[in-house]
Amino acid sequence: MENMVNVYLYGKKYEVPADLTIMEAFEYAGYKLVRGVGCRNGFCGACATVYRIKGDRELKACLSCSTKVEDNMYVATLPFFPLIKEGYDIEKVKPDEQIMMQLYPEIYSCVGCNACTKACSQGLNVMQYIAHAQRGEYLKCAELSFDCVMCGICSSRCPAGISHPQVAMLARRLNGKYLAPESVHLTERVKEIEDGLCAQAMETIMGKSIEELKELYNNRDIEK
Amino acid sequence: MIFTQEMLESMKKVEAAREANIALEPRRLTAEEKEKLLAEYHPDYREDAFGKITVGPNKGEKAPKELIEMLQAHSRISGKNIDLNKVDYEADVLVIGGGGAGSSAAIEAHAAGAKVMIVTKLRIGDANTMMAEGGIQAADKPGDSPAQHYLDVMGGGHYCNRPELVEKLVMDGPIAIKWLNELGVEFDKAEDGTMITTHGGGTSRKRMHAAADYSGAEIMRTLRDEVLNRQIPVIDFTAAIEIIKDEDGKAAGAVLMNMETGELKVARAKTVVIATGGAGRMHYQGFPTSNHYGATADGLVLGYRAGAKLLYQDTLQYHPTGVAYPAQIFGALVTEKVRSMGAKLINSEGEAYIHPLETRDVNAAGVIRECTTNGKGVNTGMGKAVWLDTPMIDMIHGKGTLEKRLPAMLRMYLKFGIDMRETPILIYPTLHYQNGGLEINKFGETCVENLFVAGEAVGGIHGRNRLMGNSLLDIIVFGRNAGQQAAARAKTTTTGALTLKHVCEYEQEMKEAGIETEAVSPKLLPDYTRKVERI
Repeated sequence: MENMVNVYLYGKKYEVPADLTIMEAFEYAGYKLVRGVGCRNGFCGACATVYRIKGDRELKACLSCSTKVEDNMYVATLPFFPLIKEGYDIEKVKPDEQIMMQLYPEIYSCVGCNACTKACSQGLNVMQYIAHAQRGEYLKCAELSFDCVMCGICSSRCPAGISHPQVAMLARRLNGKYLAPESVHLTERVKEIEDGLCAQAMETIMGKSIEELKELYNNRDIEK
Repeated sequence: MIFTQEMLESMKKVEAAREANIALEPRRLTAEEKEKLLAEYHPDYREDAFGKITVGPNKGEKAPKELIEMLQAHSRISGKNIDLNKVDYEADVLVIGGGGAGSSAAIEAHAAGAKVMIVTKLRIGDANTMMAEGGIQAADKPGDSPAQHYLDVMGGGHYCNRPELVEKLVMDGPIAIKWLNELGVEFDKAEDGTMITTHGGGTSRKRMHAAADYSGAEIMRTLRDEVLNRQIPVIDFTAAIEIIKDEDGKAAGAVLMNMETGELKVARAKTVVIATGGAGRMHYQGFPTSNHYGATADGLVLGYRAGAKLLYQDTLQYHPTGVAYPAQIFGALVTEKVRSMGAKLINSEGEAYIHPLETRDVNAAGVIRECTTNGKGVNTGMGKAVWLDTPMIDMIHGKGTLEKRLPAMLRMYLKFGIDMRETPILIYPTLHYQNGGLEINKFGETCVENLFVAGEAVGGIHGRNRLMGNSLLDIIVFGRNAGQQAAARAKTTTTGALTLKHVCEYEQEMKEAGIETEAVSPKLLPDYTRKVERI
């Protein structure tokens, strides 16, 4: 006999095998999911979920695709959360403090409750990356927020109404475009291609017969 | 206890041999050895898993049985009277699919001044792109060249690739990386700005660019942000279920279906880009998959019914290292980057039985051989598996490397109590990529005028086997290309009266071929609901 547990999906009790994920428990119970399901492997943030174990004071948050069910688990999903996403022109913005003040001024209303960090499904230090964003430290904000899947649970818990994932998204783009060092070899290769300097070698190799290509391929040197 | 007694005993052998295995460079297989291994063990060579297509442009050709069932199913609008004069959405360019290819296409079409819209059956970014972990190839380093990249792609694809598509892929490769970088994608770089690059299976140069092991996620979320910044309309939870044509046979829109309410809508457009992605959730041959929930080959069905041709629809990629244990993440991807960074494939006896960076098809076949004929697999309760010796990574590169370079993998396993820095992991091939798809020319267009395709729904770029890191590259290169071409065409084309005549004709052809089926397609989503009696 399979080991079973009781879970309460939106408050209703279902008995499900103990080794299922929360997402699989929904499907076992009979749901056909359209909302609250995505990559099913912890990358897309579509399956943000909050739960409480009966008798426990703490409200927990997770991704339902990569969290196992527990006995007496009360589950609610958060398939959508209205984050604030401000538009901007990446070519025109500058990586200074001004841009955050202009687009996401509510980050300066952070009360330091740390509910965002406690709620993060990825275990990130959310409050700290917001602190970096406040100070215009976009590299640090980008590093700390890098593993964010933008599930939005942090924002659902925030008394200041901050849309943390969108703040971090802006910081990462500013970092990637303006603060990270230029890759000179990339710039040069693109120029070579645009100047037609790679064309002849391409033409030569494309002119080879399949037998000649095989010969080249089977004897090509492989960088150590 | 997380591991069984059998696993623990085998693990001891792996540990005992670890130092020697790190020092060992397993011999590369010869071309003949590879061919033999593939023919005997690769799932593409299992004749009983394939059938013959009996209607449409590829009639008489081979395809997986599960795909044939969808190609030869009834249309979702069969028997319904759709008023094509009542147009709900109007655009120059209609992009179907909100993954990396669709988003790139939309951005470029928008940049070219076209009125573009995206329809996607889930949310924008819910796509295989988001799940790509290891990296993106491009020949941008000294000692490498687009021609060298071309050679690797052709050899990896068994020389079946369409040369003009490969040329575009490799020549535009560095340009694509630059484009992404300038959009703000955070590539792994050294302090002087040099891209940190590694090998992938079958590469002759270290040209795999990455953003830790969230490469696809980092690219996808940046593209999504850019689509939103440009205020391109994204109609989410809305699937395209048929292509609409005009009276001259040109693509001219799509019938849309709200995934939640079932409401049908009509979108009219001057050009259409199919960017619907892959097919892992078709579970060919019963394989688990590393793919997104929505990877159900919809674009192939849409395009095929509209008259577009398929190419290499009989070849799928099984990623050699899918999770074999624990059950909760069965089939999930363990990025090839784990092997790029030095972890080797080890059988139950502790033997490094193959070079870890053979191409994916060869390594997948190799795992299957160890687990069957060679009898050197480990029981997982769901089948057999071999080890991927992940503790090697920190031993080779220093403590902390795995955590820094493979954070997603580490997190995925830690959630289930396995620390891959300390213990090796059990893997088995998982259905990963659709090598084939709709046939396009170098402008991204099918044989149906004004119908473009980009991304995993395309066939021919990768021949019969794709190399790691060339899919993220192809969605950007061919996504952008399709967007540019579709926008340019939209300026000159004229769209006549709309029709769904081709759908009726296809149904008629099915009837004449004697096909009897209750299936409807496109599939849209897999069905994982437990089967019990319900109303």
